[in-house]
Amino acid sequence: MPMRFAGILIAACLFVSSLMAARGAEPKMDPGAPGRILHVLNRLAFGPSIDDFRRVEAIGIERWIVEQLDPAAIVEPIELRFHLAQLDTLDLDAIQLRQLYGPLRPVLGLKPTPEEKKAQAQRARLVVEQAQAARVYRAVLSRRQLQQVMVDFWFNHFNVFDKKGLDRVWIGNFEERAIRPYALGRFRDLLFAVAKHPAMLVYLDNTLNSVPRAHGSERGLNENFGREVMELHTLGVDGGYTQADVITLARVFTGWTVDPPDPKNAPAAAAVFVGARHDFSPKVFLGQPLHATGKAEGEEALDRLAKSPATARHIAFELAQYFVADMPPPPLVDRLAARFVATGGDIRAVLKTLFASPEFWASAGQKYKTPYEFVISAARASGIPLNNPRPLIAAMTELGMPLYGCQTPDGYKNTEAAWLSPDAMVRRVSFAVGLARGGLRLNGAAEAGLEAALPPPPPAPAKVAELDEMFGSTLTTRTRETVAAVPPGLRAALIIGSPDFMRR
Amino acid sequence: MQRSGISRRRLLAAPLAVALVSDAANAWAAAAEGGPKRLVVIMLRGAVDGLSVVVPYGEDAYYAARRSIAIGRPGSPGGALPLDGHFGLHPALAGLMPLWAEGGLAFVHAAGSPDPTRSHFDAQRYIESGTPGRDATPDGWMNRLLQALPGRRLPTDAVAVGPTLPRILIGGAPAANLTLGPNAARPLPIDQPELGGAFDRLYAADDALGRAYREGRSARAQLLADLAAEARAADNGAPLPAGFSGQASQLARLIARDQCIRLAFVALGGWDSHVDQGSATGPIANRLRALGDGIAALARGLGPAWRDTVVVVVSEFGRTVHENGDAGTDHGHGNVIWIAGGGIKGGRVYGEWPGLTPERLYQRRDLAVTTDFRAAIGVILERHLRLPDVKLVGVFPDAPAATPALTAMVPA
Repeated sequence: MPMRFAGILIAACLFVSSLMAARGAEPKMDPGAPGRILHVLNRLAFGPSIDDFRRVEAIGIERWIVEQLDPAAIVEPIELRFHLAQLDTLDLDAIQLRQLYGPLRPVLGLKPTPEEKKAQAQRARLVVEQAQAARVYRAVLSRRQLQQVMVDFWFNHFNVFDKKGLDRVWIGNFEERAIRPYALGRFRDLLFAVAKHPAMLVYLDNTLNSVPRAHGSERGLNENFGREVMELHTLGVDGGYTQADVITLARVFTGWTVDPPDPKNAPAAAAVFVGARHDFSPKVFLGQPLHATGKAEGEEALDRLAKSPATARHIAFELAQYFVADMPPPPLVDRLAARFVATGGDIRAVLKTLFASPEFWASAGQKYKTPYEFVISAARASGIPLNNPRPLIAAMTELGMPLYGCQTPDGYKNTEAAWLSPDAMVRRVSFAVGLARGGLRLNGAAEAGLEAALPPPPPAPAKVAELDEMFGSTLTTRTRETVAAVPPGLRAALIIGSPDFMRR
Repeated sequence: MQRSGISRRRLLAAPLAVALVSDAANAWAAAAEGGPKRLVVIMLRGAVDGLSVVVPYGEDAYYAARRSIAIGRPGSPGGALPLDGHFGLHPALAGLMPLWAEGGLAFVHAAGSPDPTRSHFDAQRYIESGTPGRDATPDGWMNRLLQALPGRRLPTDAVAVGPTLPRILIGGAPAANLTLGPNAARPLPIDQPELGGAFDRLYAADDALGRAYREGRSARAQLLADLAAEARAADNGAPLPAGFSGQASQLARLIARDQCIRLAFVALGGWDSHVDQGSATGPIANRLRALGDGIAALARGLGPAWRDTVVVVVSEFGRTVHENGDAGTDHGHGNVIWIAGGGIKGGRVYGEWPGLTPERLYQRRDLAVTTDFRAAIGVILERHLRLPDVKLVGVFPDAPAATPALTAMVPA
C-alpha cells in the first residue's frame, strides 16, 4: 500500500520537528528516520521496545542489522537471563525429558496406577509451560530480536504440535536443539536437525514407518513424513515430485524412529535408525537413483532436497512473504532464491540480500500482524516489566493462535487473509485496553513460590511517554487526533489498539 | 432447470466478481415464502475417513481391504447401523438415526473434488474456493454465495464459528466470525461506551481494518443481544455440553433468533487418522459421536427454523481404501458428503457408487469420485436457497451440473 507508506512519511515529516523540540534534542537523522527505525524493528524484531528503539536511534539502522545477524555476540539483558534460569527443564535432553516426564513404566513388575499416571501427565504439563514461558520471555525481552523472529519463522515452517504423543515433553527441546542453533545458519543443517529430532519423527508418524511385513512387526509403510518433508519442508507443493516419490521417500525413511525406552541402558539419543525396520531395496528418487544405503540413504535424499532449486524458491518465497508482503514481488523472490542457491542455502546471506533490497524498504506497514506478533509487540511497546508471561500466552490462544498448538504440519500462516477477521479486531482492541491499564498483571509473579505469599505488586500501566517517543511521529493523522482527544489514562490503550499498531 | 454450457463458458471469461452482480431482488421474490432459507457448512479438516462414516458393508472388498479397522456388518457387535441394505452408518452416529428415519438426513457417496491433489492444504483451499485446481481464486464460494443472496447486507448474514475467518468466507461481502462457547458473552473492555466510542473513531476509515472492526462490533452487539435474550429464556442459562455439541446448540439459538444469519460455517479438525484410527470405538468414533450429537442438537435447537435449514458436511478428500501398516489410513480421494435439513428428501444415499474392487478404484488405491462436490452443494444452492442458475455459475464456475437423480435430493 504505497498510499499508506506515503502517509507515514508525511506524518513523519510534519511531526518530527515538534518531537525534537519537545525533547530538546538536535535531529541526528533525516526526517524519514523514525519511520525507518520503526520499520526495521517491526520486521527484524517483534516491534520496538523503548531500549531497542533508542539503540537503533543511537547506532544507526545499518549497524543494528549487522549486529542482529550475529546474535551470539549480543549480550542478553539480566532480567531475561534471570527468568530463563528459573526454567529448569530447558536444559534437559530428549532422553532425560522422557525419563522424567514421559509415561511411567512398570517398576519390578508393578504397573503404575491410573492415579499415578494422571499425576505424571500433570507433571509433564510443566515442560510445555516452561517452553512457552521461555519462548515469550525471549520474544519480549531478548536483544537478539532477529534470532527470536527466525526461531518463530522456522518453527512454523517445521511445525510440530504439543499434543501429539511424546511431543508434549519434546516440543521445547525441538525448538532449542533443532531450530534455534540453525535459525541463521545453513538450511541443510536445519533440515537435518529437524528430520532427526524425535519430536518430528513422532509428529509425522515416522516412528511407525517400517518396511512392510518386517520380521516381528505388523506395521508397515506410512507416507506422512515423506510427503510433508517434500511438500512443506523443502520442495513445496509445486516442486515437481510425484506420488511415486512420496512412496519412495517413505521407504527411504523406514527405520528412522524413536528408540524404545530402556531404563537400564539409556542410549545416547532418542532418535535412532533401526536397520531391521528399513527397506534396503534400491530406490529411484526424483528421477535419480539413490546410491547410499541404510541411514545414509535418508541423508542423501535430504541432501538432494536441500540442494534443489525448488527448495531455494520455496524458502525464498516464504522469507519474502514474512519480511516483505503477503504476495511478495516475484523479482525479489527470484533474487533471494538465486542467493540461496549461490551460497549453498546460507540463511544469513539470503537475509542480508533481503534487508538490502528496495522491496523491503518500500513495504513498511504492509503486513498485518499475526496474533503472536500482535501480543508480543504490544508487550514490548508497553514497557511493562514482564514477570508473568501467562496472560500473553492466554491471549494468543484466545486470538486463535495457541503457542505450540498448531495441529497441522503447515504451521501458522502470517498473512492478512489468515488473521484479519471481525472477531479478531474486537478482541485485539480489548486486549490492548487490558494490557495498557496494567490489568493483565504481567509484572506479578508467575510462580506459586515465595513471591506468591507477598502482596501482589500494584498494576503497572503502559508507559505512554515512551509509546509517544516510539510511535508519536509516525501515527496517522486520524490516530494521532483521536489519541489526543481522549483522557490521558486511555491514550496508551488507543495507541496499542490503533490500526497503525495492527500492522508491521 | 436446464443449464446451457454456452452461457456458462461466456460467464467464465469474466472475472468472478463481475458474474455475480445485478438483478438480485427480482429473481428472489419467490424465495421470500416461508422463513429465510439457511445453509450451515461444517468442514472436517484433515480428511475424515468416509468409508467409516457411511460404511459399504455390502462389499466384501471393504472387509478385505480393512482387516482391523472395518466397521462390522449390521447386527455384529459394534456393527454399522443399516441405512439401505448396502450402506450402514457408523455406530457412533446413532444420534443421527432419528433424523435419517424421518427423512432429514441424506448422504452423497463417492463425492469429492476432481483435483487429484493429496495435499490437505491444497485440497482444503480448493473446497473453500470452489475452484479445484485453480490457485489464483481470491475469494471463497460462501462469500460469493453471500453476494448472490438478495436483500440488505449485514455482517451477520454470514457467520463463521471460531477466532479466525476461514478462506471459504473471505471475499467482497462482509462476513463475521464469533467465538462461541461458555465465555462467548464475557464482557470485554470494548463493550464500555467511552472506550467503544474512542475505538470507533480510530477505526472510522473505510479500509480492510476499519471494515473488519465495524463488522466485529456489530456482530458482537448482535451476539450479546441474542445471548442476553437467551439467558432470560426457558433454559435459564443452563450450562451447555462441552465441545462441538455445545457450540452447535449455541449456534442453533443464534440462527433461530437472528433472522439475519443466512450462512454459517464451522470447521472441526483432528480427522487425519494415519495411525490407530479405531473402528466402532476409538479416536474417529469419538469425534464422529461429538459431530453427530452436535448436528442433532442443531436440528433440535432450530425448532421450526430447521425446516428452512440445510446442513452440509464436507471434508477435503477421503482416505485410502486399504488400511495402512499402522491401523490407520492415508490420504485418498473420494469421500462422502452429508446433507441434513428439514426440507430435504433424506433417508437415501445418493450418488453413483463405483465399488471398491481394485479396478474400480482411483489410481487403484482410493474411492473414485463420481459426484463433484460442487454439483452436490449446487443442488442445495439452487433448490433450497433458490439461487438462480446464472448466479450458481458465479459461485461455482466450471462445475458440472447435477444429475436428475441428485437433484431429487431437494424437492422443488
